[in-house]
Amino acid sequence: MANVRFEHVWKRFGKVVAVRDLNMEVKDKEFLVLVGPSGCGKSTTLRMIAGLEEVSEGNIWIGDRIVNDVPPKDRDIAMVFQSYALYPHMSVYDNMAFGLKLRKVPKDEIDRRVREAAKILGIENLLDRKPRALSGGQRQRVALGRAIVREPQVFLLDEPLSNLDAKLRVQTRAEITKLHRRLGTTFIYVTHDQVEAMTMADRIAVLNNGVLQQLDTPQNLYEHPANVFVAGFIGSPSMNFFNATLTGTKEEMYVDTGGFRLRVPTKIANAVTQWLGKEVILGLRPEHIHHVEFTPPNINAQRIMAQVDVQELLGNERLFYVVAGNHNFVARVDPRASATAGETVALNVDVDQMKLFDPETEEAIYS
Amino acid sequence: MSNVVRAVRTSGTGGMSTWARAARRRAGQLPLHAVIITISLLWMTPTVGLLVSSFRPRDAVRSTGWWTVFVNPFDFTQYTLENYAAVLTAQGMGRAFLNSLIIAVPSTLIPIALAALAAYAFAWMEFPGRQTLFAIVVGLLVVPLQMTLIPILRLYNQLGLSGTFLGIWLAHTGYGLPFAVYLLRNFFGALPRELFESAFLDGASWFTAFTRLALPLSVPALASLAIFQFLWVWNDLLVALIYLGGTEQVAPLTVRLSTLVNSLGQNWELLTAAAFVSMALPLALFFSLQRYFVRGILAGSVKG
Repeated sequence: MANVRFEHVWKRFGKVVAVRDLNMEVKDKEFLVLVGPSGCGKSTTLRMIAGLEEVSEGNIWIGDRIVNDVPPKDRDIAMVFQSYALYPHMSVYDNMAFGLKLRKVPKDEIDRRVREAAKILGIENLLDRKPRALSGGQRQRVALGRAIVREPQVFLLDEPLSNLDAKLRVQTRAEITKLHRRLGTTFIYVTHDQVEAMTMADRIAVLNNGVLQQLDTPQNLYEHPANVFVAGFIGSPSMNFFNATLTGTKEEMYVDTGGFRLRVPTKIANAVTQWLGKEVILGLRPEHIHHVEFTPPNINAQRIMAQVDVQELLGNERLFYVVAGNHNFVARVDPRASATAGETVALNVDVDQMKLFDPETEEAIYS
Repeated sequence: MSNVVRAVRTSGTGGMSTWARAARRRAGQLPLHAVIITISLLWMTPTVGLLVSSFRPRDAVRSTGWWTVFVNPFDFTQYTLENYAAVLTAQGMGRAFLNSLIIAVPSTLIPIALAALAAYAFAWMEFPGRQTLFAIVVGLLVVPLQMTLIPILRLYNQLGLSGTFLGIWLAHTGYGLPFAVYLLRNFFGALPRELFESAFLDGASWFTAFTRLALPLSVPALASLAIFQFLWVWNDLLVALIYLGGTEQVAPLTVRLSTLVNSLGQNWELLTAAAFVSMALPLALFFSLQRYFVRGILAGSVKG
């Protein structure tokens, strides 16, 4: 069993709080992604698991023991660094064998494990090379290989793809997912890239300013964000937010942004009756705003008018940057729906997908 | 090399003739090259003078300047190997050369070994007073060597260390350590932190990380430091004279050569040959380690 548990964990650097009262559990064999903007504490969290940073307060459990005072080498973990941190003076083989040699693993066992890992990663023909003679992608594989041969209980990966070019990143992303499935160990993966998080994770932990915002599956995170930060962070282009007021009556409730007004579906209205007459933040994802001519059937569509400011054709979709009242927002529409700048277009909003947030706490009222 | 790089870059741009550009650039660099060559020549003049003098007979050295050979540079009768023969066959030369080696090798290895350990601790290990201690070590760089001669000699006399190799090894170790620690600390400090973290995760102790990572990665710095320290000890006259004295058993080459002049009166032309004799080993060392030496100077400034 190699679950990792955080119990009221704090990390302070002097007066700066990097991680604030973190409570979460990474399940055995799970692929958990820690995601958040830079400086949110995700790397610090990972380094605390590795033992490279001390815990200021609280406990970290790996399996059934508290590891706060266990040195990194005895935690049964392996880590892949963003810079790969390969030993420049050693061959690929020695880079991978180094940890095993230090642990006095028998020579033939080392050889077997290194060759097996090299085979999994497709770097068998590079074993004699020095890291400087490798491309970025190959170095990255060696770094992974160095972790694999250790056969650790927990894999820690700190932005392992950020030094690769875009194409290689997509390819390696899939390979890491496959590797996880094959090895069947717990993976904890840090990234600032929400696409990596969405595509690879079993569950995602979103951090901001050292505080855990939400821990859930990618789909739940996307469909039911817990607060404005998560709603804005997950999804690209990110969710549109409008300062609005809930008006009308319990039976016929409207959300009024000033620029446009939408009828709140009964199901949602019933859930937010106590907010009637109060200010809220309305959240609408760009993909839930359609052009009238290309609106999918069977959605609860309501029409609004907006003026196109800029449009971008991306081939498979078109982005309208539009203005309604004093609100600027983005609509992701069908690529066939063309409009010229300055033109007023009719857009259909899928109101069943609207999210409502408390403007004070930014917590979700309905999502 | 930068010229080549630039030429390659411009050749890609096409349009205007690259040859014309290269020629213009060369013309533009002409004054710079002239200045550099002039300075180099000026700089080399004393050494060249010394070299020429070392091949001239005693009377010629006494009567005319070394530059007079250039009137007829190919008149080989004005050159002689007498001075070299005199120096090499002088009494006790072999013993002096051996003494120099016995002094210089440990006086190079001991301070570098100690400095590497200290510098590693200063660079990576956290212990109370680290910054203060390091500041003190660096501060020792400004203590003039001459200030320490008398107190240390008196101490050595009490301990029975004066006139012994151990004494001079310790002295050179002490004089060499501050700079060595300073240089190596900066070099170790520039190594990426992740390398050490990775090693610790791999199961390395501080000491393993030192021997398996820090040392092999610092070969350029260690090599250049070794050359500097070796040269300094090899060429040293003052420290050897004070702590070892002039007895034949222990006197190094420098001391022996200086007595050559004194004992034989004003035979200073012998010194010119002696200088080149004593230069031979450091030169050989320098050229054999030059690869590291050049890299060592760049090391730290360019991460790579």
